[in-house]
Amino acid sequence: MAAAAGGAARGRGATSFQRKAAAGSRLATVAGTRPSVRHGQLLLSSGLPSLDCVLGGGIAVGTLLLIEEDKYGFYSSLLFKYFLAEGVVCGHDLFVASAKEHPDSILKELPAPLLDEQRNELGEEATAVKSEDFQDSMKIAWRYQNLPKMEASPTTSTKFGHYYDLSKTMSPELFQPIKWHSFYLPEELSLQPTVKTRSMNSAYGRLLLSIQRIISQEGFDGSDPQKKQKNILRIGIQSLGSLLWGDDICCSDTPEDIHSLTKFLYVLRGLLRKSLSACVITIPAHLIENKAIMERVTNLSDTVVGLESFIGSERETNPLYKDYHGLVHVRRIPQLNSLICDVSDMKDLAFRLKRKLFTIEDPRMDFIRSQAGEIF
Amino acid sequence: MGEDKPCSRMNPTHREALELPSRNPTADGNAGHNPDWTRSRGEANPAPPAGGAIRPRSAHARRYNTSPLLRSLKTACSLRGGSPAMFAELNELLNASPQRPETGKFTLLRDTRTDGSFLVHHFLSFYLRAGCKVCFVALLQSFSHYNIIAQKLGVSLTAAEERGQLVFLEGLKSCLDLWFGEQEEQSGKPSPLQFISKSTSDLKALFDFVQVSLTPASSDSWKGPVLLVDDLSVLLSLGATPVAVLDFIHYCRVVVCSQLKGNIVVLVHSNEDSEDEENELVVNSLCHHSDLILWVEGLATGFCKDVHGQIKITRRVSLELTGEQDVVQIYQYKIQDKNVTFFARGLSAAVL
Repeated sequence: MAAAAGGAARGRGATSFQRKAAAGSRLATVAGTRPSVRHGQLLLSSGLPSLDCVLGGGIAVGTLLLIEEDKYGFYSSLLFKYFLAEGVVCGHDLFVASAKEHPDSILKELPAPLLDEQRNELGEEATAVKSEDFQDSMKIAWRYQNLPKMEASPTTSTKFGHYYDLSKTMSPELFQPIKWHSFYLPEELSLQPTVKTRSMNSAYGRLLLSIQRIISQEGFDGSDPQKKQKNILRIGIQSLGSLLWGDDICCSDTPEDIHSLTKFLYVLRGLLRKSLSACVITIPAHLIENKAIMERVTNLSDTVVGLESFIGSERETNPLYKDYHGLVHVRRIPQLNSLICDVSDMKDLAFRLKRKLFTIEDPRMDFIRSQAGEIF
Repeated sequence: MGEDKPCSRMNPTHREALELPSRNPTADGNAGHNPDWTRSRGEANPAPPAGGAIRPRSAHARRYNTSPLLRSLKTACSLRGGSPAMFAELNELLNASPQRPETGKFTLLRDTRTDGSFLVHHFLSFYLRAGCKVCFVALLQSFSHYNIIAQKLGVSLTAAEERGQLVFLEGLKSCLDLWFGEQEEQSGKPSPLQFISKSTSDLKALFDFVQVSLTPASSDSWKGPVLLVDDLSVLLSLGATPVAVLDFIHYCRVVVCSQLKGNIVVLVHSNEDSEDEENELVVNSLCHHSDLILWVEGLATGFCKDVHGQIKITRRVSLELTGEQDVVQIYQYKIQDKNVTFFARGLSAAVL
């Protein structure tokens, strides 16, 4: 425990964010975070506990999670909303940027968090789908007995990471105390028609200026030592790189400026590392024709998760995937403050969207369990 | 002491397997420094060439040398007593020692399908231990990331910076100052990363920074200068053309390797089916010019908990124009919290 505390105190400095008011508490005093056991970095929940498992505990503060959108952008926008909803429940500040929808309408559609009684109902519904003999020892597939199960059903109560009900939207009362900032590109363009941005797509330049202004004004980079209550800024950027941002990498094989997006990500990385913030960006990777750009973007991000949905593809009829709606590809896991890059054991993951719940699971284990159930 | 046994030129795996596994506890205590071993080798080989071939090991050295096979089984014991200094096994594989760092060498670190930055940490702590002046161009991570890992390896970057041994260019911070600090740009020195915001895509400002940092002042007593870059592929993402990157490396080689008799270590990323042609161009060109290439690859069959990947060490002996071929050695490795163990292919601790 002492090692973890020492690691946490050291790990917070890893964002090169010098905490001036370090007196007293050494462990995380920011709501909604916990220190990682592995490298002492502060972790946030992504809003989806099964995704937190995949990412090794959560999203580390000061890092960027890049989500490669699925073909129609449906499931990635769900993950985006989970991330923002988690911020509301934990009391973090939000920064939402989009060129497509107004952030107000995105924030009106956040899923409602589950209270304890409702969580038990949902837990029963989730486990009824699978076989009941989880807890009994397996008779045939006994080698798989001891593999860790992913937290897919909300039967355990966790203070870190919450479950959400997709069929209901979040009530406005929960939203009242939250401080949030928005960046809606058409609005920004009309407010300030000309802004000097050097050698970068002007929309990205404006977004960077806006993020930097919020970080320094609100004191997320430690510039305001008077502020006793530290808080986290959750930044969500939707569909970066799409045509609406004024970038043509999604529609042309030889885009005009292939460096704008990568420069943006580099400067953003610098901003994140020096502040108490975490960022989730969704990017329509399937539309980007120049694969070199996606390789560079992947190298510049900390965590990259790709979603592939089965809608309209031949995998829809594959019996292994009959309960699932798509695959999750973990392309990159961050290496923070340690030599080891802890890659999760489970690399072939799939997601499914039940009526109220979105989960990420390992399809082979369920297949094996279901087959074992059928034999007996 | 200088006898050359016939089996010394064998395939390294067979050679290790035939050696008697005698372990001398005193040699084991300080895993990083082994003065008796290096001294004996020094007597046998007075002038090691820059690109070093596998030298015949003297009988005296062989007694202290422990085969990687056994070392991988006993890593827990080898970490007791004294701070773990860099990766001792990698030093053995490269025939390198902090007491006698080589000069005028260009080392290329290359990774495919995995992360090769553990090698950067190794070389950083190696050269700081050796007493060289190091200029570290760290483009991808923050200072504290490197500092925390270097402390695990027994070196303090803040202390090194204070005593003037380390010049650290934190790319992320410098880029932020450049992007958001408009007034400072005119008053202060030009930013080394100014190519990001200006339309000129040459890296002259970065080269000037390197040259100024590594040119020895009269009061310096460090051994040869070292330039470390992590990583070069980021420069391409930020708008530099491949030719500009190659020019930068060329200028650095002239100044650091030839004039100042120092070393350069550069990390690049590459992929086999990469569509990033600019990156492949830079990587291939650098491969032709390097004296030593450490190519780290993830296993082709996928992720494995016990073997994190494979490292291919290529000593470019052919550059010396003596008619010899490049020497290639392949090992597998596993990364632990403070150390990396290397072993022959197929002989990881999990298998034995």
